Amino acid sequence: MAELIVISTLNGVLFGMLLFLLSSGLTVIFSMMGVLNFAHASFYMLGAFFGYQLTRWIGFWPALVLAPLLVGAVGMAVERYGLRNTHKHGHVAELLLTFGLAFAIEEIVSMIWGKSPMDYRIPAALDFPAFTVFSTNYPAYKIFMLVVSVVIFVALLITLKRTRVGLIVQAALTHPSMVGHLGHNVGRVFMLVFGVGSALAGLAGVIAGPSLVTQSDMAALLGPILFVVIVFGGLGSLPGAFIASLLIGLIQTFAVALNGSLASVFGPLDPSLGPSPLTDIWNVTIAQIAPILPYVLLVLVLIFRPMGLLGTRES
Amino acid sequence: MIKAVSPTSAATKRESGGALGFYGVWLIAAAALVVLPLIFSSGGSLTSFSLIGIAIIFALSYNILLGQTGLLSFGHAVQYGLGGFLSVHVMNAVASYDWPIPLPVIPLIGGIGGLVFATLVGWVMTKRAGTVFAMISLGIGELVASSSLILRSVFGGESGITTDRTALPHMFGWTFGPQLQVYYLIAFWVMISAIAMYALTRTPLGRICNAVRDNPERVQFIGYDPHVVRYLAYMFAGFFAGIAGGLTAINFEIANSAYLGATQSGIVLFAAFIGGTAYFFGPILGAILVTYLQLGLTNVTTVWQLYFGIIFIGIVMFAPGGIAGILMKHRPLIRAGTLRTVIPSYLVAAIPTLALVLGIILTIETVARYTASEGEGNTINLVGIPFVATAPTTWAAAAVLLVGGFLVARITWRRVAEAWDRAATVARDRGYLA
Repeated sequence: MAELIVISTLNGVLFGMLLFLLSSGLTVIFSMMGVLNFAHASFYMLGAFFGYQLTRWIGFWPALVLAPLLVGAVGMAVERYGLRNTHKHGHVAELLLTFGLAFAIEEIVSMIWGKSPMDYRIPAALDFPAFTVFSTNYPAYKIFMLVVSVVIFVALLITLKRTRVGLIVQAALTHPSMVGHLGHNVGRVFMLVFGVGSALAGLAGVIAGPSLVTQSDMAALLGPILFVVIVFGGLGSLPGAFIASLLIGLIQTFAVALNGSLASVFGPLDPSLGPSPLTDIWNVTIAQIAPILPYVLLVLVLIFRPMGLLGTRES
Repeated sequence: MIKAVSPTSAATKRESGGALGFYGVWLIAAAALVVLPLIFSSGGSLTSFSLIGIAIIFALSYNILLGQTGLLSFGHAVQYGLGGFLSVHVMNAVASYDWPIPLPVIPLIGGIGGLVFATLVGWVMTKRAGTVFAMISLGIGELVASSSLILRSVFGGESGITTDRTALPHMFGWTFGPQLQVYYLIAFWVMISAIAMYALTRTPLGRICNAVRDNPERVQFIGYDPHVVRYLAYMFAGFFAGIAGGLTAINFEIANSAYLGATQSGIVLFAAFIGGTAYFFGPILGAILVTYLQLGLTNVTTVWQLYFGIIFIGIVMFAPGGIAGILMKHRPLIRAGTLRTVIPSYLVAAIPTLALVLGIILTIETVARYTASEGEGNTINLVGIPFVATAPTTWAAAAVLLVGGFLVARITWRRVAEAWDRAATVARDRGYLA
């Protein structure tokens, strides 16, 4: 039991930090520009595929730097040539644009790389057990993932809260024309914010690619969870997204690790009942309902606290 | 001003004389639904018509949310799918217990299934509009879609639940075995649902929905609760989506978890938006186009969904009114008689635009053949000319068409815009408002 708790906590924190790396980019873009980027998970997928391809060509470490930059460039192009022109039609049009983009990116990726999983491996330099917990070897790569996520998070927070750049970025949100009069190019600020947000997603893709599976439906699998995270944490709240990411990471990992069902606790039902919704619910294991837990959480938080955990705005 | 008055009144006179035209449109539509299978009687076209009919109801029900109430839903397929599942279960029950329920009533049961679910979840979902609603609908959609794989006895797991539509009590001697009879059943429900949904837009509720879409605060000031209005709209949309789901269950004699999924929700969003959400007939056009593309393109190309995505992005960026919006923009010009001044610029722009489109298609197909589908041979047949995906000439041709087409097309588009402005100004001066 202790083994299960320790391992699951470690994995849960790890998955939670990865979720946070993704949702931080999404939250920053949302709170700065009001754009809910539906294609954020697609940028994450692009990061994984660029990472895979560049790793094959030039090795993992250059890919770790180059792939996020490439994804960031794609993001900036999307902002410059897509979102900026759509802005006049309102936020729903922007959301629809990113929705179409997510669809198109998934198709382009499966067109170029195919639909089967990529052979994206952990780099040899990190392919060793870091430490052993309860006779389970804990891979060094997972520690590396954790460190990268934490470093990026701290850097992001410091940049936004403590530096001049952060000051300008935050001011550009509330008083764009004033910032413009002070001689800053507001359009470029937005473009860079969107680029940085996308690059963060790309970075998450590069480091998560070898650990999770790199294939063309990975965006569709993760995308909805990201929205759960930012709604659950409160729209536009970075600390809220942090708590929500860790919580969802932990809940999902623990649920997957647990194999209990109502039947295993209270004993099986009378077999003469035959298949019915009741026997389904009775026999389903916690591991099986792991994928729906985030959405249950979402519905609950919306009923009892519609603004999310740390959100301040109703809408 | 004075000059503008008299033609305006002439225009309104023509408008009021349109009652005949109004009923005429519905009669023509009904006649077309009856006559179409007699003209195109092959099995393939009957199947297509049936699918298009279902898509029309589904897209129109979606537009109650998106177009009329301003709610962007990413989970509309939930009501559609649940309507389908309920229909299948009821059909099986009717067949095994010999209940006197004939098949044509089944879509109504699907509608009730959609309505019940919308009533259950709608109150929480419609508390807020905008992006928040969009995400909640996505979450609920995912919740139901993933739960459907757990509750195997209800949803049949991966394989779904089958039924037999001919096992139900027959009506007027119709067995509903042949596709033609199913088509007429669908056509009947298309007509009923379309009229009902159109009538809904004319009711005070429909009007207040538009007001909630445009300015919820003012609606509150005049004494209506926007939340209640959105909830009602959501229930109506759920009801009609359930009807579409019930018809799908009848058409395929199966319901599976794919009916509930994100792809289905995405396609109905595409259909409604590409067709145009601002006009009632927009989603109908969209449903026809999207279903036709789905059926037609799958035979021609492996990456048809990419074309979908590109068309959708193009519409969002350049024509947010959709196809209906583009068509309706021409109405004042036709009335003012200035359309002919625009057409030459269209013709000029058509050539480089066509080159650009061919360039895009050639690029996509070349990349698709070059990378993924190795086994399928790499010759692309585009407008009768064969291209070899691995040949450098093909790559060059694609690049020339793409870049050259874009550069020339951009100039011609500017001319179209100028001709448009002139024609629209004249039309406005003559009193035909755009």
